Amino acid sequence: MTLRAKAACTGLATAGCGEAQGRNPMELMVEAVHRAVTDAGLQLSDIDGLFAATAFHSMAAMSLAEHLGIQPKFSDGSNIGGSSFMAHALYASMALEAGLIKVAVIAYGSNQRTAGGFRSISEPMPFEAQYGPRNPITAYALAANRYMHEFGATREDLANVAVAARGWANLNPEAFMHGDLSVEDVMTARMISDPLSKLDCCLVTDGAAAIVLTRPDRAKDAPKSPVYLLGAAFEHHHRMISAMPSLTTTAAAASGPRAYEMAGYGAGDMNTIQLYDAFTINTMLFLEDLGFCAKGEAAAFIADGHIAPGGGLPVNTNGGGLSCIHPGMYGLFVTIEAIRQIRAAAGDDEGPREPGGWVEGAKLSLAHGNGGVLASQATTIWGHGETV
Amino acid sequence: MSAYFDGPGPEAQFKAFLATGKFMIQRSASSGEHVFYPRTIAPGTGTADLEWVEASGDGTVYATTVNRQRPEKGGDYNIALIDLTEGPRMMARVEGVAPDAVTVGMRVKARIGELAGEPAVIFDAEGTA
Repeated sequence: MTLRAKAACTGLATAGCGEAQGRNPMELMVEAVHRAVTDAGLQLSDIDGLFAATAFHSMAAMSLAEHLGIQPKFSDGSNIGGSSFMAHALYASMALEAGLIKVAVIAYGSNQRTAGGFRSISEPMPFEAQYGPRNPITAYALAANRYMHEFGATREDLANVAVAARGWANLNPEAFMHGDLSVEDVMTARMISDPLSKLDCCLVTDGAAAIVLTRPDRAKDAPKSPVYLLGAAFEHHHRMISAMPSLTTTAAAASGPRAYEMAGYGAGDMNTIQLYDAFTINTMLFLEDLGFCAKGEAAAFIADGHIAPGGGLPVNTNGGGLSCIHPGMYGLFVTIEAIRQIRAAAGDDEGPREPGGWVEGAKLSLAHGNGGVLASQATTIWGHGETV
Repeated sequence: MSAYFDGPGPEAQFKAFLATGKFMIQRSASSGEHVFYPRTIAPGTGTADLEWVEASGDGTVYATTVNRQRPEKGGDYNIALIDLTEGPRMMARVEGVAPDAVTVGMRVKARIGELAGEPAVIFDAEGTA
């Protein structure tokens, strides 16, 4: 048995992206669910499977179902950090294929920006907390430091990631950040945790998101182009950065190949690549671990704007967590961008972008989630009907 | 072996050792592999045969960063991952040199210091202690 193409996304939406003054995380999440269900041409009462995780709710799926006034037959609120939603897509696919549910909704919401700043429900890490790590930044800084030591990468190389992301954001009216960004800007921004400056770090925004998944037979009736979950896999080996086996190879090196195998496609087949870029180092590590370039070669790979607009490899085409949106757990926005690129290429109205912002002919997208401190890695591959 | 799980757990035992000035790590009696942070059973193998041994205190910096902080809040400080000579890796601080003078591969030596009023394993750059 395979779960390949056993679930299709037929609806998606975001809400309150950027700043959503005066609205709480549940209200934002409910708005996203409402919009996503409408986008799928369904009713709220059609939802019988609910998947949610936030940094505000200990039992997010239960709270969300109550607020919506629905009674899911199956729900899950597993939290493996920002990649939770890629895992939820896998769980939803299992439940749909098993016949437990007919319509799954995956949702997330946050108002961290207008509610006072970065929000986490992470407990202090035992045997680390007393040293005063400012997680997650400290952990990613340690990884960046080690990466630079092993492979001779520089702060300029990291800055190239942020510059490419801003290039994409400048094509996307929905992105939170716009305007020119230079390598120099990133290098001279306030240092937070060496070698990461403020501009090596993701945004702190509000935002909610939701997607609707159904079985393929039902997806054919949807008003928008169904986008199929062709591959999904996750893996994790640590919770604390001090327990990560190698700071320069993530578990994406394991989740990626399994997702490709399930999908029957490889890295070279992907038309758009959406990587969870909480920090600039993430993009470099994931390009390597997911097979787009060899270990240690990401700096050279991206040096000439290869992942920037017009560069050949469309990576983080919404502007990423660095320049588009990052409400704390970014995974569902990564997924939505992967799917929207395929819908836009298929002719669905996904709203305006500057020329090049929608990738022509996109039929296969990779959406990779990262959770904790480079800890949980979850890879999903989404495809147009023709790729099934 | 029934007494193995009796009494204070590994975290409490580690802290009690630390309070008496001893930096202790664990070793699996069967495999000889050293373990840190303190575990209940040997990670991976699941063997319930971890015993305490005193750490040599010798280590090497695996990765390092400086958490930048305003002087009035205490100023910049180092955070590093240290590979102990015995094998395990741990988070700690390296002192005795400027926080940004700590480099990957630097040899360091443990001592028991204090952070936020609690005993803590701190490392000094070799030759600076």
